Amino acid sequence: MSKLIVSPSPHIHSAVSTRSLMTDVVIALLPAVLCSFIFYGWNQILLMFVSVATCVLLEWAITKYLMKKPSTIGDMSAVITGILLALNVPYTTPWWVIFIGAVFAIGVAKLSFGGLGQNIWNPAIAGRVFLLVSFPTYMTTWSAPKGLFGVDAVTGATPLGVIKEGLLQGSTVPELMGSFSYKDLLFANIGGSAGEVCALALLAGFVYLCIRKVIKPWITLSIFATVALTSLLFWGINPARFTDPLFNLLTGGLILGACFMATDYVTSPMSTWGGVIFGIGIGFLTMMIRYFGSYPEGVSFAILIMNSVVPLLNMWFKQKKYGRA
Amino acid sequence: MAKRTFSIGGIHPHDSKISRECAIRPLPLPPTVYISVAQHIGAPAKPIVAPGDKVKVGQPVAEPGGFVSAFIHSSVSGTVKSVGPRKDLAGNNQMTIEIAVEGDEWAEGIDTSDTLVTAIPEDNKAILEKIRLGGVVGLGGATFPTHVKLSPPPGSKCECLIINGCECEPYLTSDFRTLLEKGEQVVIGAAIIRQVLGNVRCVFGIEENKPEAIAHIREVIAKLGCEGMEVMSLKKRYPQGGEKQLIDAVMHRQVGSGALPISVGAVVQNVATSLAVYDAVQKNKPIVDNSITLTGECFPNQANVLVRVGTPLSFIIDQLGGMPADAVKVISGGPMMGKAIANLDAATLKGTSSLLFLRADQTVRGEASNCIRCGRCADACPMGLEPFLLNRLAKAGDMDKLEANAVQDCIECGCCLYSCPANIPLLDVIRMAKADVMKIMRARAAAKK
Ligand code: SF4
Ligand code: SF4
Repeated sequence: MSKLIVSPSPHIHSAVSTRSLMTDVVIALLPAVLCSFIFYGWNQILLMFVSVATCVLLEWAITKYLMKKPSTIGDMSAVITGILLALNVPYTTPWWVIFIGAVFAIGVAKLSFGGLGQNIWNPAIAGRVFLLVSFPTYMTTWSAPKGLFGVDAVTGATPLGVIKEGLLQGSTVPELMGSFSYKDLLFANIGGSAGEVCALALLAGFVYLCIRKVIKPWITLSIFATVALTSLLFWGINPARFTDPLFNLLTGGLILGACFMATDYVTSPMSTWGGVIFGIGIGFLTMMIRYFGSYPEGVSFAILIMNSVVPLLNMWFKQKKYGRA
Repeated sequence: MAKRTFSIGGIHPHDSKISRECAIRPLPLPPTVYISVAQHIGAPAKPIVAPGDKVKVGQPVAEPGGFVSAFIHSSVSGTVKSVGPRKDLAGNNQMTIEIAVEGDEWAEGIDTSDTLVTAIPEDNKAILEKIRLGGVVGLGGATFPTHVKLSPPPGSKCECLIINGCECEPYLTSDFRTLLEKGEQVVIGAAIIRQVLGNVRCVFGIEENKPEAIAHIREVIAKLGCEGMEVMSLKKRYPQGGEKQLIDAVMHRQVGSGALPISVGAVVQNVATSLAVYDAVQKNKPIVDNSITLTGECFPNQANVLVRVGTPLSFIIDQLGGMPADAVKVISGGPMMGKAIANLDAATLKGTSSLLFLRADQTVRGEASNCIRCGRCADACPMGLEPFLLNRLAKAGDMDKLEANAVQDCIECGCCLYSCPANIPLLDVIRMAKADVMKIMRARAAAKK
């Protein structure tokens, strides 16, 4: 008889692996990716291709030749970074800009920390913020999207940009709001980076992740709740100066950020309560930046800032231990 | 009311109770049995027979080697061949009594009939002595001598006896079959224990995936008119059968770190132990046999068998069609906490509850990769620990922080390792760190004295 394997318990393992989890995230992003292709056409497809290919190839090359470790691209996390980055820039961005963003995301924000699990900041957001700071013109200029099937969209600037500019020029919010409807916002009929469009496709992906138990909903929900409550407060006080809750929920990549980037395992807190505080922080900072900051859009910055305090949240908010006070 | 369960962590591994329809049947006697003197927690028993001695079934062959220790009985009748070291299931040498089987003659005073004895003796002292003489130990895994557990330290008071019928590990069905086939005996055994503890409340904790057992035990309790007894149907969740988890589920109380269940008024006994108590007290029958589940997808003859203590595993396996060709691992116990067996020539112990055969694809671990900080291990840990953190601290050798983060509370249930998507061998590392920290804690306690 052949030799029996003797190893310590447990002897079985759940079917869930890093790869299966990350694959689920990719699946959850597909509706939004498709949506972005349909609305923004060939240039968006090119951006997606450059972004994903750069992320994956670069991770492969760096792990193999620089870190001399087994390649980690099989875990699918580089694909997610690539997709998120491409959804986070305007479709008019030149391909070489997103190439630089992808190099920064994978090379600097992820692998220089030691790879998946070791990074402090979400790589896609770090890449995006890097581009925002380095190439502000490309990143903030939007022009009217011409979809894959020639679908026409109504506005050429992002709603948040319109508001910010308009307020600076002395208009009031209600005047400015006349230029777009909530129906447009919900169904992607607005200008913006790809991920700011098609709220429904993103929410469908979020629901999928929750059902598959890939993520817990608390971080996302606490971001939504905080954004809604904060803007309700300000809007209630002065509707001429501040935008309303629904508008803030539907614009500026809030849904993409809250569903897919704030919930990144590596850069979010472990415990449920830590996650709730994390979400409240993101929601609040987002609104402060939108209302009072110089950038029209604050989700990315808010997530980056809150990423930095995750180690503290992990220390402060622990699960209750059995039989201990 | 929502079904009860424990409040922290837990997982839902695949149930795999493929042997649940297999009634318990006795196997033929083996030609030789090998009876270890270390079948319980505590001091090994001392052999009281020598080669050449004739023994009968149920005759003591080793006596307790200390207060926390237990009698060992011959499980067969025949001649003692040798007394000496032999390799046990884990591959360690243990003092073992080898007996050649000749016929099946039982020792005097043992009632081998099937008649149900319902009248419980009144004298609790006499009951405890019978339990001690019967070599009864906890058969749920810990094999702690039962008479010791049933003599709570002075000052402590038992409020609730919990009979553990969870059998929450995948694959195992011997307790389930015992509840169905020996329900009366188990209930009377529980009634005896309850009386010894001062007529406390008695709760059978059974998971809802065993509705037949729940219904049957309810019926039996009603039929026998037992007082103060109830059956609680619990949500299916591993490790509900863990003592601390079960107390939490049934009584909504948590046992403090390092404390005994009795500190919150609980005593937990397993189904098979109740049956052994019935046998010892009502029938004068010591533990000489036990039911064992033989199972696994690759094992063709699923079975629950009644075998004499000390039967070689290879004999049992041969009786049931031999070793499956594609099995790479044989586990004594369940897949979550059971021990992989090194040596099939080893013999069964009182506490052996199953032999599980697994194929390579069912049990080989994937390669470990980076921790992705998903928190799944912490969500799964029924003790509320942070396995990823313990793993990191253990690698750094930080004993103080390990203790501060309660590594000593780990019950080695395996939920963390089971859940980790990065295949990090969390429990392997934590188990060693726990042993080291406990050693330091013991040394410190000793120094204080
Ligand atoms: S093995 Fe220990 S650390 Fe892991 S889940 Fe169980 S109790 Fe927690
Ligand atoms: S389950 Fe594994 S990957 Fe997830 S936090 Fe725990 S150790 Fe890290």
